Amino acid sequence: MVATRETVEAVDEAVGKYKYGFSTDIESEKAPKGLNEDTVRFISAKKNEPEWMLEWRLDAFRRWQTMEEPDWAKVNYPKIDYQDAYYYSAPKSDDDRPKSLDEVDPKLLETYEKLGIPLVEQMALAGVAVDAVFDSVSVATTFKERLAEAGVIFCSFSEAVQDHPELVRQYLGTVVPVTDNYFATLNSAVFSDGSFVFVPKGVRCPMELSTYFRINEADTGQFERTLIIVEDGAYVSYLEGCTAPMRDEHQLHAAVVELVCLEDAEIKYSTVQNWYPGDEDGKGGIYNFVTKRGDCRGDNSKISWTQVETGSAVTWKYPSCVLRGDNSVGEFYSIAISNNLQQVDSGTKMIHLGKNTSSRIISKGISAGRSSSTYRGLVSVHKKAEDARNFTQCDSLLIGDRCSAHTVPYIESKNPSAVLEHEATTSKLSEDQLFYCRQRGLDEEEAVALLVNGFCRDVLQQLPMEFAVEAQKLVGISLEGSVG
Amino acid sequence: MLEIKDLHASVDGTPILKGISLTIGDGEVHAIMGPNGSGKSTLSNVLAGREDYEITKGSITYKGKDLTELSIEERASAGIFLAFQYPTEIPGVTTMTFLKTAVNAQRKARGEDELDAVKFLKLVREKAKELKVEEDMLKRPLNVGFSGGEKKRAETLQMSLLQPSLAVLDETDSGLDIDALKIVADGVNRLRAPDRSMIVITHYQRLLDYIVPDHVHVLAKGKIIRSGGKELAAELEASGYTDMTESAA
Repeated sequence: MVATRETVEAVDEAVGKYKYGFSTDIESEKAPKGLNEDTVRFISAKKNEPEWMLEWRLDAFRRWQTMEEPDWAKVNYPKIDYQDAYYYSAPKSDDDRPKSLDEVDPKLLETYEKLGIPLVEQMALAGVAVDAVFDSVSVATTFKERLAEAGVIFCSFSEAVQDHPELVRQYLGTVVPVTDNYFATLNSAVFSDGSFVFVPKGVRCPMELSTYFRINEADTGQFERTLIIVEDGAYVSYLEGCTAPMRDEHQLHAAVVELVCLEDAEIKYSTVQNWYPGDEDGKGGIYNFVTKRGDCRGDNSKISWTQVETGSAVTWKYPSCVLRGDNSVGEFYSIAISNNLQQVDSGTKMIHLGKNTSSRIISKGISAGRSSSTYRGLVSVHKKAEDARNFTQCDSLLIGDRCSAHTVPYIESKNPSAVLEHEATTSKLSEDQLFYCRQRGLDEEEAVALLVNGFCRDVLQQLPMEFAVEAQKLVGISLEGSVG
Repeated sequence: MLEIKDLHASVDGTPILKGISLTIGDGEVHAIMGPNGSGKSTLSNVLAGREDYEITKGSITYKGKDLTELSIEERASAGIFLAFQYPTEIPGVTTMTFLKTAVNAQRKARGEDELDAVKFLKLVREKAKELKVEEDMLKRPLNVGFSGGEKKRAETLQMSLLQPSLAVLDETDSGLDIDALKIVADGVNRLRAPDRSMIVITHYQRLLDYIVPDHVHVLAKGKIIRSGGKELAAELEASGYTDMTESAA
């Protein structure tokens, strides 16, 4: 109710502009342009990494050089020149890293405030621990102390390499192998930072953990690496938000997220992705090639992915669950909105390996303008996965008559006891509904926002409160100018 | 309140209304009756401003202003309410959310403050009770899986919250059994006021037993062929439309 009103307000205030399209003028230190072994060594040296980490990166880089960029997704973009980008960019004050928020460059904090995440206020009021990744370096991690009391480690990936090398070494690359795919391998070679979470046995993480990613620097790729390990019987809810300033050039974002979920553990991972989508003519925008995978390694474990994808020029993203433990549960709730010339190819993979594993996929795709949206999902039941269950529901909503929606489900079952259900619908936002809403006083954009929020309701309900409100606003903003 | 002069309107190039003139004073209730295809629903859509309904000739003046200049939502905020014959389903949006969004959209358009959640809830509960709309219905997505009676009660509830100056009730009696009809008619009668006019569009005289009009007009083939008091409805009931349309021709 309240959120709907805010959707409406947000639509009004944003007036057809990408709200996060400011850039912050901060001196930064970059690696030389281009990608070779020296770039990898530079990044590793900057981070003062141990030898094994450097070797791991170099190994990935060498493998990457032998790989081909995949072309099976239903997206078109000009060939990326990997030599024409910067692979490392840090706010310059890196040498004397801030010890507390007071020491953080006020301009940086201002940026966060524009994003609507005033760190100080959040610390005081919201009780959300924030790890903010600005370009490549994690700037400030709040609430560390309170988390430490509970035994939870929440820090930047670089810090984890320094302070908890044994954990990083044990788990890194065990969910998404170095050679998993072209972009994941690239990430493995040049990732610059990201978040690290470790929740020990039996601990219920006392607060929602949250990371904000932002690409500020021009020509910079962002390659963050996130690793979340939740031990037996533990629980964590992790939120991730992304924005980038408006730039005419395309920017590359190739992240890797690995989740390790042990026995009786649960991970809830929510994303609101609002990278700059490019302008109405498709100029600029982020190429978002992300590999996200969770491993339900222990029995009775559960991983839940919820995503709201409104940004990026091109999205290539399939958050997946490997249901290895018996009775493990995988969930994927997705809203993907594309407008103008955006292209989205997104979905999930549910790999059933253990007995009595179950998965649930709810995907809501909304296409407007001249955009293209594809749901691509795999449900795979292996031989030993007795009594596996899957329910998949893919709904597409079309706004206008120049966009397209596609559903590409892959279903493989090697066990006769599996029960797999797939439902799919495609509908158009109807003239009758718009007329009805407008007759009650809503203008066209309010009406679209309300109707689309209704269409997405099943998924929005899965989001933590603070994200649900933001997500509802985004739905409205993303679809501005999509009718009439 | 409303003055329609020699109104001609077409849908997809086909002329439907062929010269309608009608004057409705403040607080008056006018019934428009007519057989299927006479243009009753076209008239309500034209008043609401629906696109695809093209006015080819004539004028509509509402509260002294040219109504045709206004968009659909501007008309709504100016006090024109259409109770739909077939209310559209709004999946995923609860009745409560829809009501609040609509009320506040109109308040905002008129430059008034939005109602806060507590005040609004109190208001809705009070009105809902009068119309025998249960709490459960407010939590369900609007019109989705509603029975005929529930849909019409939801329309009436919206009308009572939006407090329009001119309400157009399009075949409000269709799909209602007699008990449901009484509830809805009661709700409508409660809204009769000196500053609120109504146009009641109906095929049958039955509804007019419960919502008693000040004036009755008979519409046939896009024209008003007879006007009179409430006794005209009874006459129609006795003789049927055929007699009247033939004698007019």
